[in-house]
Amino acid sequence: MKLKPETLQRIDEIIPHYPVKRSAVLMLLHAIQEDVGFISTEAIEWVATKLELQPINVLEVVTFYPMFRQKPIGRRHIKVCRTLSCALRGGYQTCETLEKEFGVHRGEVSADGEVTIEFVECLASCGTAPVVMVDDDLHENVDCARARALAAQIKQEAARRG
Amino acid sequence: MPAPAQRRIIFRHIDEPGYTNDLACYVRHGGYATLRKAVTMAPAAIIDEVKKSGLRGRGGAGFGCGLKWTLVDRKSGKPIYLIVNADESEPGTFKDRYIIHQDPHQLIEGIMITCWANNVKQAYIYIRGEFPVGARILEKAIAEARAAGYVGPNVLGTPYGCEIYVHRGAGAYICGEETGLIESLEGKRPYPRIKPPYFPAVLGLYQCPTIVNNVETLCHVKYIVEVGGDEFAKIGTPNNTGTRILCVSGHVQKPGYYEFEVGKITLGQLLHEVCGGPLPGRKFKAVIPGGSSAKVLRFGETFTLKNKDGSARTLAVEDIPMDFDTMAACGTMGGSGGVIVMDDSVNMVEALANLNAFYAHESCGQCTPCREGSLWMKKITSRMVHGQARAEDGTLLKSVADQIAGRTVCAFGEACSWPTQSFVAKFGDEFKAYPETKQAAKPAGATDLV
Amino acid sequence: MSASPKPDLITVNVDGRDVAVPKGTNVIEAARLVGVDVPYYCYHPKLSISGNCRMCLVEIGMPAVDPATKAPIVDPGTGKQRINWIPRPQIGCATTASPGLHVRTNTAQIKECREGVMEFLLVNHPLDCPICDQAGECKLQEQATGYGRGYSRYIEAKNVKPKRTQLGPRVMLDDERCILCSRCIRFCKEVAKDDVLGFIDRGSYSTLTCYPGRQLTNNYSLNTVDICPVGALTSTDFRFKMRVWFLKQTDSIDPESSVGANTVVWSREGVVYRITPRRNDEVNDTWMADSGRELYKQNRAPDRLMVARVEGQDSTPAAALAAAADLLKPAAGAVAVVGSGRSSIEEQFVTRRMANALGAGAFLVGRSDPGDGLLISADRNPNVRGALVTGLVTNLPSERLTQLGEWIDEGKVRCVVSVGEDLLAAGLTEAQLARVAVVYLGTHANATSAIARIVVPTFTVLERTGSFVNQQFRLQKFFQAVPGPAGAIDDLTALTRLLSSVEGEYFPPEPAAIWPEMARAIDVLQGITFAGIPATGRLLDGSRWAGLPFPEGPGLHFQPAAKP
Repeated sequence: MKLKPETLQRIDEIIPHYPVKRSAVLMLLHAIQEDVGFISTEAIEWVATKLELQPINVLEVVTFYPMFRQKPIGRRHIKVCRTLSCALRGGYQTCETLEKEFGVHRGEVSADGEVTIEFVECLASCGTAPVVMVDDDLHENVDCARARALAAQIKQEAARRG
Repeated sequence: MPAPAQRRIIFRHIDEPGYTNDLACYVRHGGYATLRKAVTMAPAAIIDEVKKSGLRGRGGAGFGCGLKWTLVDRKSGKPIYLIVNADESEPGTFKDRYIIHQDPHQLIEGIMITCWANNVKQAYIYIRGEFPVGARILEKAIAEARAAGYVGPNVLGTPYGCEIYVHRGAGAYICGEETGLIESLEGKRPYPRIKPPYFPAVLGLYQCPTIVNNVETLCHVKYIVEVGGDEFAKIGTPNNTGTRILCVSGHVQKPGYYEFEVGKITLGQLLHEVCGGPLPGRKFKAVIPGGSSAKVLRFGETFTLKNKDGSARTLAVEDIPMDFDTMAACGTMGGSGGVIVMDDSVNMVEALANLNAFYAHESCGQCTPCREGSLWMKKITSRMVHGQARAEDGTLLKSVADQIAGRTVCAFGEACSWPTQSFVAKFGDEFKAYPETKQAAKPAGATDLV
Repeated sequence: MSASPKPDLITVNVDGRDVAVPKGTNVIEAARLVGVDVPYYCYHPKLSISGNCRMCLVEIGMPAVDPATKAPIVDPGTGKQRINWIPRPQIGCATTASPGLHVRTNTAQIKECREGVMEFLLVNHPLDCPICDQAGECKLQEQATGYGRGYSRYIEAKNVKPKRTQLGPRVMLDDERCILCSRCIRFCKEVAKDDVLGFIDRGSYSTLTCYPGRQLTNNYSLNTVDICPVGALTSTDFRFKMRVWFLKQTDSIDPESSVGANTVVWSREGVVYRITPRRNDEVNDTWMADSGRELYKQNRAPDRLMVARVEGQDSTPAAALAAAADLLKPAAGAVAVVGSGRSSIEEQFVTRRMANALGAGAFLVGRSDPGDGLLISADRNPNVRGALVTGLVTNLPSERLTQLGEWIDEGKVRCVVSVGEDLLAAGLTEAQLARVAVVYLGTHANATSAIARIVVPTFTVLERTGSFVNQQFRLQKFFQAVPGPAGAIDDLTALTRLLSSVEGEYFPPEPAAIWPEMARAIDVLQGITFAGIPATGRLLDGSRWAGLPFPEGPGLHFQPAAKP
């Protein structure tokens, strides 16, 4: 398991936060996913060893939480909120707009590997619906026009990166 | 009657120009003075103040905060833990996000006062995974507070020490349920525990006595210690004290968060005056007043309630005060304060289909009625909106929901069945007529809900 | 083994009937005591409480008391103390009996609850009992008759999950049949200590799985099949071989070690199809090792001895026994008897008498291997303690017959009777055996049967009736499940016949008939009759042998005596 030194350091900081090592599972998985991009089988077994657990204990957790993924995704992770408050303000249209802009279906990685669009449950910003998260950043009141602008911005950033 | 003015206590500084979320700003605004006061008070005295205040939990159930603390087993000899429920995941609710992002020290102060009062040495903030920025803000704020002696060993120079750690969820509504949250914090699948025997106050985190409080609740605790329980109890209405943050979303002109004294504003005032009324050309049709799990109210329905003197009064939906007790008397709940408004462009079958998809996705799958029932309800409403609706589906939906509520390990059973029960009960005609309506053109401006 | 103190009894009321139950009993068990069936799936008396199936919902009430004075509140209508019923039904499995607790299982609400859970469990469950191997012993099928709707209101597509996963060498998983009760997971974690099973994904899509790359290989894996309430986990060995309702059940004992796990042997028309554990809370709870379940295969193993032999010629058991008597009688004084720790106590008793009649030295072959700390002990003979009790031997047996070898070398022994023991494997050399005449009574061919002058094929434990004394000095019975092969003879018949032909006393070849003499002759067996031994066994006073260095370590319900 190749992890960045800062990830390993962070992991060693996290574990003593809990009187029982197992508690650190979620935080370790977050740290690893942020570092590597997804949770591989190797990562599951690494965490199990690290926390003195059986691998099944970690797999059970990884598969329960939708935020953990067992496969790589696009460079940019776009999450569109699907739940009622956003849907009432056009969340479905927002999601469809983004899908069209990137030519990719929800749950899939775009052909250029740039984006993954996910239609997720409530992001808890219902007052500024519809909302979209791009990686860690929340975008509010993303109607179709703003969705197109957001898509353009993401494409531009990709182009700049080359 | 005009709507009362907002009373911003918890949200005093939210969106205030120039107010930043760092320690210096907080202290400049009087921050941590209450913690200073608290550590001069006996813990029991603080608990008394909280009891006197009548504060009810702001997470959804409205359980008395003082009572919750009183139930904690203090004789076991085991450590007592505080878990801050920042999993804010009830659809329609978005208040804690702003406290965490804009005023994290207010929360930390509330946490430390609560820990002092309950002799807690270790507190965890369980923040939902979808708040990565919030988690970083909290970690930074804790580090600042620790460096300044508000958190950590020897709080404010006293022998008392207490640590706060941030723990991130990863996208599971069930982690808002306190025992599911505890399991999650223990690193397991967040299957809610059976109660009895696993009441958190006795057998919580690591089988130790544990207090689980909502973010907003803990901010209120800070304020209670600041002004005193009696003073706090004067805010709001009897048994529904203090202020609460109402989160309005959906079909209103001005959605957003508003802080009012509990019960002092009616639903009608909130929606028409504060939120600017319905969108142009539309009419209000339905409102879910306390987070998506609360039973829906249909505009036009009325409620006849008994007064204390035995007389009766009749309330329209607009007349219901935004409190705990009247909401309950009207068959729904104040819940988490998330108000979701639907106007006449909405087809209720489709709105329910949206919610059912949420609940089926979020059911943890531990116990039979919720696991199988939530998905079944989703499959029914999904089939209906995809062109295979049958006139009898409403009845079937209600029957499935009735087989869930009251029979599950945790309150998710109610959470997932109340929408179905109330949608079918109050909009039964739309369910019956859906096979035909489906064919008709959607009203202009209607959004897709499924 | 100290007698457990009498548990505190408390009175609860189930459907109007008072019943005294030990404190801590849950409502399911309390109801069982008054003959009230509370249906359940996830509850298992020997596993932690999960409370997930929700089938055991009952109404719970407590006698009303005045909150201030604690005085009972009496209902003026009935004159009895009022009962405060909790409006919400509670799960019976997690509700422990407390004094005065009232339970209702027969109300309309409870019936509705059960019907609701039943319907939910069936919506995503295949309705194909005719092709399911669990049919006939499926809890879902059973309870559908009581609480099923009789028709389905479910018109949606059922969830699709993996149908045929080999979880391990002996266990098959059909995830579509799984009702997610978690019994198997809890068993692996709590009893077998082999945490490899778990649920992945969530909600109705939750799926039981073994960690990829790992297998459910532990020697207790088949217990998951036993406790699976539905057809999700089935035995690779047994599945689709026989419908369970055709099978006859016979109580038996696992002869693998001195634990003596209680078992049930399932057979039809003389053929054994499977062996499963039988509950004994003092011995094996509801568990047994996988290895013990395989033993039925020995009945029809290719190396089974099917024909008696005398001097290399095929014979009959009767003729072979007569020839053996002719061989042994003249050699009296120069005979050795190698008895068996696998013989029943009745057989050992007759073996001892035979050794007495022949003036023979009696031996036993020890068998030890590390125990697993659970239900296989270090003593791999099921009945060494029986041999001590009957006086067949006075010391713990060694694995090697060194002394017998010396006696042969010294010419003291001319004839050896072996009851199922391979003398070569036990350390005698071919040269030594060439100097003696061997009479071999046994079930399977081995090096000793190959060189024996007389071979008498005998029966396996599944073909015999008798009793063993386990590591706790618990006397436990086993019964003949199937007839032995035509060319073989029951051990007890063979031994009693041999005994009488060498001019010892005559015993009818029935355990029950031998017991009066055993009970008379052996003080720790006084007052015991074969019929009187309870199904879960009877503890003997083993204090006389407490000083012996028994090899067993701690196991389930067993703690070895402190070493002197």
